[in-house]
Amino acid sequence: MKKEFVYLGILAVLMLALPAVAGPYWLSVATLILYFAYTGQAWNVMMGFAGQLSLGHSLYVGVGAYAAGAIFFHYGIGPWAGLWVAMLLCVALGLVIGFLAFRFGISGVYFALLTIAFAEFTRIGFDHLDWLGGPGGMFLKVAQRDTWDVLNFRGPPLMYYYSMLLLTALAFLGCYFLLKSRAGYYWQAIRENEEAAQALGINTFRWKMAAVALSAAMTSISGVFFAFYYNNLFPHEIFSMNRSIELILGPVIGGIGTLFGPIFGAAVLTLLSDGITEALAALGWEIPGIKQVFYGLVLLAVVMFLPHGIWPAIAKRLKIRA
Amino acid sequence: MSVDLVANVVIAGVLTGLVYGLMALGLSVIFGVVRVVNFAHGEMMTVAMYAATILFAAFKLDPFLAMLPVAALFFVLGYALQAGLINPFITRPEHSQFMLLVAVAIVMVNAMLMIFGPDARNVQLDYQLESFEIGKILIDKARLYAAGAALVAAAALFCFFRYSLTGKAIRACADNYLGAKVVGLNVKKYYAFTFGLGSACVAVAGCAMALLVDVTPPLGPYYTLLAFVIVIVGGLGSMTGALLGGVLIGVSEALAGLFITPSAKSMFSFGLLILVLLLRPQGLLGRR
Repeated sequence: MKKEFVYLGILAVLMLALPAVAGPYWLSVATLILYFAYTGQAWNVMMGFAGQLSLGHSLYVGVGAYAAGAIFFHYGIGPWAGLWVAMLLCVALGLVIGFLAFRFGISGVYFALLTIAFAEFTRIGFDHLDWLGGPGGMFLKVAQRDTWDVLNFRGPPLMYYYSMLLLTALAFLGCYFLLKSRAGYYWQAIRENEEAAQALGINTFRWKMAAVALSAAMTSISGVFFAFYYNNLFPHEIFSMNRSIELILGPVIGGIGTLFGPIFGAAVLTLLSDGITEALAALGWEIPGIKQVFYGLVLLAVVMFLPHGIWPAIAKRLKIRA
Repeated sequence: MSVDLVANVVIAGVLTGLVYGLMALGLSVIFGVVRVVNFAHGEMMTVAMYAATILFAAFKLDPFLAMLPVAALFFVLGYALQAGLINPFITRPEHSQFMLLVAVAIVMVNAMLMIFGPDARNVQLDYQLESFEIGKILIDKARLYAAGAALVAAAALFCFFRYSLTGKAIRACADNYLGAKVVGLNVKKYYAFTFGLGSACVAVAGCAMALLVDVTPPLGPYYTLLAFVIVIVGGLGSMTGALLGGVLIGVSEALAGLFITPSAKSMFSFGLLILVLLLRPQGLLGRR
């Protein structure tokens, strides 16, 4: 039996058992970690596997959240229908952006800036859509929090924790098999050297489109989760560039292109952020901005001294594959 | 809506656009030579604006006079940033450079929030309220002077790259990294010099902008995005393109504010950016 599967099994059991020992606070922290881990994994499909840097992933979170949220808000239809609408919309958006970019040979920095432009464009557009609440935000009715109403995705925090755990596990497994599939090898070939991949007969345009579509679909699910977990949506928050950056910090810190990196990175960053908040509160240094300064400094240190992320360095110590 | 009003708004847009253009010029020069996208550009601009307000509050120093010391300080800081932090990242992948500068930007914008708080600061001078009258056209004095300063700074930079030996050496580094090394240029030193120059541009633009708008920390990320939009529209690496892009964005913001609603103004900038990226990815004046 391979070592990494043993570790993963232990981790899975621990995560399943966590709610038994964790209070409401730690449960919410764990849910947040899983949210970032899953979304980071989704982004990783595009950047880590296929090498396409998106800095506008908040676009898919936002559109997914608003699509499912609006259907629930206006028509009272639960997220299981809204999810498909959200996914379809996000895949369509991703394909449009991908088509425009890849058709015209836009890559690298330019592609990244195009993704930012689309996210910002959408943010300002949503600010002026009164049907969706505009800048004042959209608020979903918070009803019954004690019983598991899976049909409407309404329930206690525990339900959100387990659904996020399930999503993260599925994404992890999916990516594990994907990396070993034909698509995974094509993507990695494109990431390493697009011209060489093309010369080998890979239809790079089609496979890059596939990566964008899959990543957008996965990210839209985070959006749906976000809408029903937090119940309030504001364009300037959900579409902001800060959100896009927040989403990709996990995989970047954890290790781009690795399977476990996004999960590990999300845990490190969320715990770090909470730890800094607590430490500063204990010291009485509650100046606005001070937390983010520390956060930025840690990020700076990781980027400078561990360019491939933290996880590959740890995996080496544990003598397992990253 | 009268023609005069539109003309007034367009002129104000052009003048503000020139200051935007100078800011974007800094980004363009840095990208054109160092090939690193400075994601902390708008944050640097905001620091320069704060510097202008502080110098004004402390010594009643006119921002136009503050330009020189602030630009000198920014040159040194930019040089140090490139030499200390960014040079080791030159050979690393793009996303790695991006994360480095994002981290720098996060630290900068929040340090400003810590030091100056969220309240807006400004500079108050008599001539900010005065304007030149040409027929029915009113031109704000401060805006005209700011645009003039931006043009002078841009012209100086242009001449520097065209005629000075250092400028030629920097262009050589930009054209051919290996070739520049072969002929014995200390490429990393010139990279640092270029980053310093780009930072000095931002310093001048920031001092000029301090006369036109109130400064708050969130302006940082906003100006970063604005500078990106401008250089992509004008053409990354093209100096005249940056100024042209700045004017275009300045006018489009002003017109969108007049005809639609001020809150939608940057939507037009981003719309323009998307169009340019699709139809002419190298930018209006850029070369492939």
